[in-house]
Amino acid sequence: MTAADRLATESGAKPAPLRLAVRRLGLSQFRCYDSVRLDLGPAPVVLSGPNGAGKTALLEALSYLSPGQGLRRARLAEVTRLGQGEPWAVSARLDGPEGVSEIGTGLAPAADRDDQESRAARQVERRVERRIVRIDGKPAAGPGELAERVALLWLTPPMDRLFQEGAPGRRRFLDRLVLGLDPRHARQAAAYEKAMRERTRLLKEPGQADRRWLGALEERMAAAGVAVAAARLSTLTRLEQALEAGDGPFPAALLALEGTLEGALETMPATAVEERFRAGLADGRSRDREAGQTLSGPHRSDLRVRHAAKGLAAGLCSTGEQKALLIAIVLANARLQAAERGMVPLLLLDEVAAHLDAAHRAALFAALAELGAQAWMTGTDRALFAAMPGEVQFLTVRDGRLDSVAAHARIE
Amino acid sequence: MAESDLDRLIRLLAKLPGLGPRSARRAVLHLLKHRELLLLPLKDGLAQAAERVHECSRCGNLDAIDPCAICGDEARDQSLLCVVEDVSDLWALERSGGFRGLYHVLGGTLSALDGVGPEDLRIDRLVSRVAAGGITEVILATNATVEGQTTAHYITDRLAPGGVAVTRLARGVPMGGELDYLDDGTLAQALKARRPL
Repeated sequence: MTAADRLATESGAKPAPLRLAVRRLGLSQFRCYDSVRLDLGPAPVVLSGPNGAGKTALLEALSYLSPGQGLRRARLAEVTRLGQGEPWAVSARLDGPEGVSEIGTGLAPAADRDDQESRAARQVERRVERRIVRIDGKPAAGPGELAERVALLWLTPPMDRLFQEGAPGRRRFLDRLVLGLDPRHARQAAAYEKAMRERTRLLKEPGQADRRWLGALEERMAAAGVAVAAARLSTLTRLEQALEAGDGPFPAALLALEGTLEGALETMPATAVEERFRAGLADGRSRDREAGQTLSGPHRSDLRVRHAAKGLAAGLCSTGEQKALLIAIVLANARLQAAERGMVPLLLLDEVAAHLDAAHRAALFAALAELGAQAWMTGTDRALFAAMPGEVQFLTVRDGRLDSVAAHARIE
Repeated sequence: MAESDLDRLIRLLAKLPGLGPRSARRAVLHLLKHRELLLLPLKDGLAQAAERVHECSRCGNLDAIDPCAICGDEARDQSLLCVVEDVSDLWALERSGGFRGLYHVLGGTLSALDGVGPEDLRIDRLVSRVAAGGITEVILATNATVEGQTTAHYITDRLAPGGVAVTRLARGVPMGGELDYLDDGTLAQALKARRPL
């Protein structure tokens, strides 16, 4: 019996044992919130309130429980509440298959940053903005460690245009999907990016760049880059199997990766791809110098999605169909995480109900219930969530304040 | 208004790694309360260190004599050279007691973003030290970070023409470590670097 099966049989009123749930959330100087503390049950959460009340900000706070940028991709200093000298912080107690985790994260305080005065002097401002992470009361080496504890996926209204806009958004989406199945992915991706930034900087410097130094960086890029590409490829293969059946009214999707390394990995052994990529980087130095960036590599790959039944590229489908495709992918990934990793991720679904008709809404709610996930959903109107089965925690958000109108309320 | 002696001392101490303004104030107060026992000996200790301790001209270690005590110790294996990022790494290896060769302290790692290039590190000196002969193996003991590994690779490349054996520290299961608690990356490394018993 797979984890997913076990999950399915145990779903119902009883919360699934594999789900990850936020049981306590604390926010300090975060966006419009001065100070908030919430105690929660494991059930799904619905945040309702007028526009600009701070619903998405709450989801954004949760998104910082995983590595990388938050769901708004904001600069860390922008997140601090206006007019506040004190940096923002988010703390959470999570309860999941591996027990209880206490996680704290936030912008590194100014004093902490002063410690590295001499380093900081040489760094641009953006690099000095640093996120600190504490896990179970102990400082973590970096946000990358969060991936081992927290699995988290999100869908936001700006992602409705994911299939129309450029590759970077789709690549970020894909990397989130990979991270849920392979927590090491964040570290490999960070190592690749870092070596690439160093190489770009070196190429930009006037005069002849040190060939050996470039060679050493290209070696690191090749090793980390191939690991990134391989992790994406393996996730995609498994995800596609999970998507094959489709999900009620949510359409089956065909996924493909477009990228030099990903393509090569399908026909060549990884070591050969690594060597070819390294040689290609070495040959492309003058070209990359002129461009001011690295022109090929996994940082330029793209995720192609097709509507299986219609045989149509996702970008050509209707707005509603695109949303349905995204939901199908996220649900399939969550099921896969449950089956393979034994952990049902937290789902942050911003304004998810607004663009769905009643049938799709009901299907989404049913899928979430079957998964047993603690889904955090926002909407201006609570009535949209009336059809949710089982226990739901309703919270009203108004001007940076939260009222648990009917926390733990049962909607029959 | 000029800053008082106490404020100045606190400000300076607060710049030390691991200390902040609050802990610096506590340290200053503690020193003043234990004038004979701590403050004056510390003053002498700092003055002596400032005057006498310098970088070893051979390896970059810190010592009151030059060459340093390690470089000058003829009982150590002169054919083995261990390359480390910082003096703190040298101290760590010395504490282990497992190495009886000589060291070479780089003084950091290559980092284009921080403006640290090969000329800012003791890499040229390492190359000429090896070229001078007598060294049969160079052990690269840089950290397992992107910068540490880049630097290690760079040095390997610089040393390649000389034909000296270049090795690096093994990465894998820590002493007394349980496999179940090891992260996947380390475990994969350990498996790759397995050796016959």
